[in-house]
Amino acid sequence: MKGFLVIDTGDTAWMLISTGLVLFMTPGLAFFYGGMVRAKNVLGMLMQNFFAMGLMAIIWVTIAFSLAFGNFGDGGFIGNLDFAWMHNINATTGNEAFALTIPFVLFCAYQMTFAVITPALITGATADRFKFKAYGIFIALWLVLVYAPVAHWVFGGGWLAKLGALDFAGGAVVHINAGAAALAVILVLGKRRGWPREGMHPHNLPFTLLGTGILWFGWFGFNAGSALAANGIAATAVMNTFLAASAGMIGWLLFERIKDGKPTTLGAASGAVAGLVAITPCAGYVGGMAPIIIGLIAGVLCVFAIQLKFKFGYDDSLDVIGVHLVGGLIGALLLGFFADAAVNPAVKNQGLFTGGDAKLLWFQFVASAVTLVFSFTVSFIIAKVIDKLIGLRITEEDEFEGMDLSQHAESAYSFGSTGSMDRI
Amino acid sequence: MKLVTAIIKPHKLEDVKDALKEAGITGMTVDEVKGFGRQGGKTEIYRGAEYVVDLLPKVRVEAIVPDELADQVAEIIVVSARTGKIGDGKVWITTVDKLIRIRTGELGEDAV
Repeated sequence: MKGFLVIDTGDTAWMLISTGLVLFMTPGLAFFYGGMVRAKNVLGMLMQNFFAMGLMAIIWVTIAFSLAFGNFGDGGFIGNLDFAWMHNINATTGNEAFALTIPFVLFCAYQMTFAVITPALITGATADRFKFKAYGIFIALWLVLVYAPVAHWVFGGGWLAKLGALDFAGGAVVHINAGAAALAVILVLGKRRGWPREGMHPHNLPFTLLGTGILWFGWFGFNAGSALAANGIAATAVMNTFLAASAGMIGWLLFERIKDGKPTTLGAASGAVAGLVAITPCAGYVGGMAPIIIGLIAGVLCVFAIQLKFKFGYDDSLDVIGVHLVGGLIGALLLGFFADAAVNPAVKNQGLFTGGDAKLLWFQFVASAVTLVFSFTVSFIIAKVIDKLIGLRITEEDEFEGMDLSQHAESAYSFGSTGSMDRI
Repeated sequence: MKLVTAIIKPHKLEDVKDALKEAGITGMTVDEVKGFGRQGGKTEIYRGAEYVVDLLPKVRVEAIVPDELADQVAEIIVVSARTGKIGDGKVWITTVDKLIRIRTGELGEDAV
């Protein structure tokens, strides 16, 4: 097609809403995580998530968006600077190269919400000990050096997209990417003092459930918005997203009931999120009962995945690796079984269970493995360098005092009337 | 004067309070405490990680009474706080050397 595509008002309306939905996931994530930490660390957790909405947005339009989406469809490794500093990002037309029927500035804003939540996901693994200043520098560098290239490979028509790997809404770009980075950072950071001997159980599970509800709600924008249009694929993605979350919850609870004896609210929340993570790469490519199978498998396997940290002794505090890395891998690989061109003509190789051969599964494996290794390696280097220069971790005293007081000079909860605070 | 102190199950507080009021006791102090005895703790599970909560919530009741009432007050608490199950708590009596009412400066049994 020559010239600029005409902007479709229906598509634009849906993407405006989706942008808001995905942005809302980050405060949702903040409360999901915030409820799971101890009371002295809850503000530190909320702050790291909220701060991503500030810093990541600015870095996104300054340079990262251009590095991710410049040179669109080149089959390469990185974009260019064509869209840096908000250059060539207009509101009146879609973009021909992107085949967009929405204003290009809206596409940039929508993708920005992904750039906000992906680094924020890492905070669950690094809970209670990541120095705030070091965190800020880490996610700034990470967005440019890790997120932007991986987004280019997959979403920007880079080499993984050309290869034939599929990732509807970010199984690799968001979840495997953030999960692998989380593993790298905690290996540099070390364990929380006292882990795993001391009890570090959640201080406010109602927050965690509230956060889960917000995430589930926002995920409709994340997955169905990734259709970039108000069409049947978006509608399929909504249904798939819903069913995978439901099945993930049921799978986790069933297994927990058998293994530990009681179904827990934290298990219900975790299972739903595991299902949502796993359906992310598949959302617009599968149909029928596939999302239920994908959600169930993710829900059950993640119950086991979160036990690995005790076996290997790494402190993945709130199970970012166990849920996002493992859930992302499960979804990316299961797409190799369930992808169906009848659902979405963008599927060029059918999955193993939908009449195809193992070709797609191989591409999915390559995309997942490369993303994992790249993200882990570069994240590890960034974390090491920051650690050498300014220190990645808070002091022992600060850790004992908690993130809220030591990093932000605040406390989250002030109950009771005894004890006094005088102005100084 | 004697100080009667009791550690009881939280849900028995109303019964104990009512029984003491009925017996004419004019004041008591209550606080929420935690502790362990023979009852043992409860297990909590978070994402498969099990914790034993070995300190259980209890209520501590304290009342200062004239010497001759101390045994009776202790008995009232024992009867009204009893469920017959493990973890019902304990009552003990100690001697109070001196007692002063802050408002009036009254001393000893006048201040009870």
